[in-house]
Amino acid sequence: MGIEPILQICCRDRNRIALQSDVLGASSLGVNNILFITGDHQSFGNHPSARGVYDVDSIQLIKIVKDMRDEGIFESGDEIKSGKPNVFIGGAANPFADPLDYRVDRFEKKIIAGVDFIQTQSVYNLERFNQWMDEVRTRGLDKKVYIIAGVTPLKSLKMTKRMKFYVPGVDIPDDIYNKMKNTNNPKAEGYRIALNLINEIKKIPGVHGIHMTALFWEDIIPSLVREAGFIPRP
Amino acid sequence: MIITRQKKIDCILDLVSEGPVFIVGCSECATLCKTGGEEEVIKMKNALEDKNIKVTGWIILDPACHFLNDKRLLKDCQEKINNANKVLVLACGNGVQTVAEIIDNVEVIPGTDTLFLGEIKRISNFEKRCEMCGECIQELFSGICPIARCPKAMLNGPCGGTIKGKCEVNKDLDCVWIIIYNRLKEKNQLDRLKIIQKPKDWSKSGEMKQEI
Repeated sequence: MGIEPILQICCRDRNRIALQSDVLGASSLGVNNILFITGDHQSFGNHPSARGVYDVDSIQLIKIVKDMRDEGIFESGDEIKSGKPNVFIGGAANPFADPLDYRVDRFEKKIIAGVDFIQTQSVYNLERFNQWMDEVRTRGLDKKVYIIAGVTPLKSLKMTKRMKFYVPGVDIPDDIYNKMKNTNNPKAEGYRIALNLINEIKKIPGVHGIHMTALFWEDIIPSLVREAGFIPRP
Repeated sequence: MIITRQKKIDCILDLVSEGPVFIVGCSECATLCKTGGEEEVIKMKNALEDKNIKVTGWIILDPACHFLNDKRLLKDCQEKINNANKVLVLACGNGVQTVAEIIDNVEVIPGTDTLFLGEIKRISNFEKRCEMCGECIQELFSGICPIARCPKAMLNGPCGGTIKGKCEVNKDLDCVWIIIYNRLKEKNQLDRLKIIQKPKDWSKSGEMKQEI
């Protein structure tokens, strides 16, 4: 299809042995774009009684994979005899979580650890995102890695409430919340908001792409991609 | 201190079944936690007797994790222990095992759940402080341990789930990374957070060294 998938690997469920094994396995199957994250805490999922692993955190894992790829060594220092895995290393960044002052530092730390691209938390608060991007550009970080901004279309008021009040790290400003609250057609409004966010984000210098997360609403992606002007692809 | 919580009385009643019971408490952590001191042991004795379960006797070990001391103190209670069907231990998981090592003719059962190594904030209010990882690195974080206090044991800064200074896992729990950040900021030491902390060497933990 000419589309490159991005695999996600998280630190919650696997120790460093299993994580490195997954990287080798994915790479040997030709899956080279991998996003490395610490992962949502197991208490949010459908196995809240599970024991979390958290042997390493996302930044440590990014450095481990960079060393696998560039130095051909495992975390233990042993040589990878089968050859270096060819991985395009991804990480996550949340411009909206506390402490706000530290969020660009943390992104920079991921760059030093070895990311090639980052995907941001879903953007709703453009003002805050712009502040974060200003600092990112001031430090020249947008020249070092690819920045992919997250956009999650709101499908209903229920989802908006959940995202605003219960999903950790998501920042939905009151004006977007009120639009979703006052509309008779939440799907159309949510679609419009998403399209508007994409168009606004496209204008921000230093943003290289958009990551659309149409949760349980994947069928809108083709028209969203078309209407946002991503077809034909640049 | 080892923080314990007494099991619910229904659970204890299930475990002791018809008795008779001999009760063991502990003079240290369980006393401070109010889960197995003299007051709680006597309360437990009365609660069991209210349910027509005979209590043959009780003792407060000093402390329950002291093997030789326990041996000496339990010797004096030998007859009362022999008359029981269950020995109910109101001490930490260590205390239960030390007692079970000594008493081999009567079934030993735990009356508490052991939670963590922590600090007494106020009476009956405790906070986890140490994971006993075997290699203390608190000098890096201004005397605050993210391994014990961050549910994801993050070593390189806060995850994206911090909300208004609270942890995403529990809104009553302060995000330890916010505490570390503020403390280092006050001391003008925020540069420390830029250093990439390597994966921990868990071979130094108690997982592999069970005796010293």
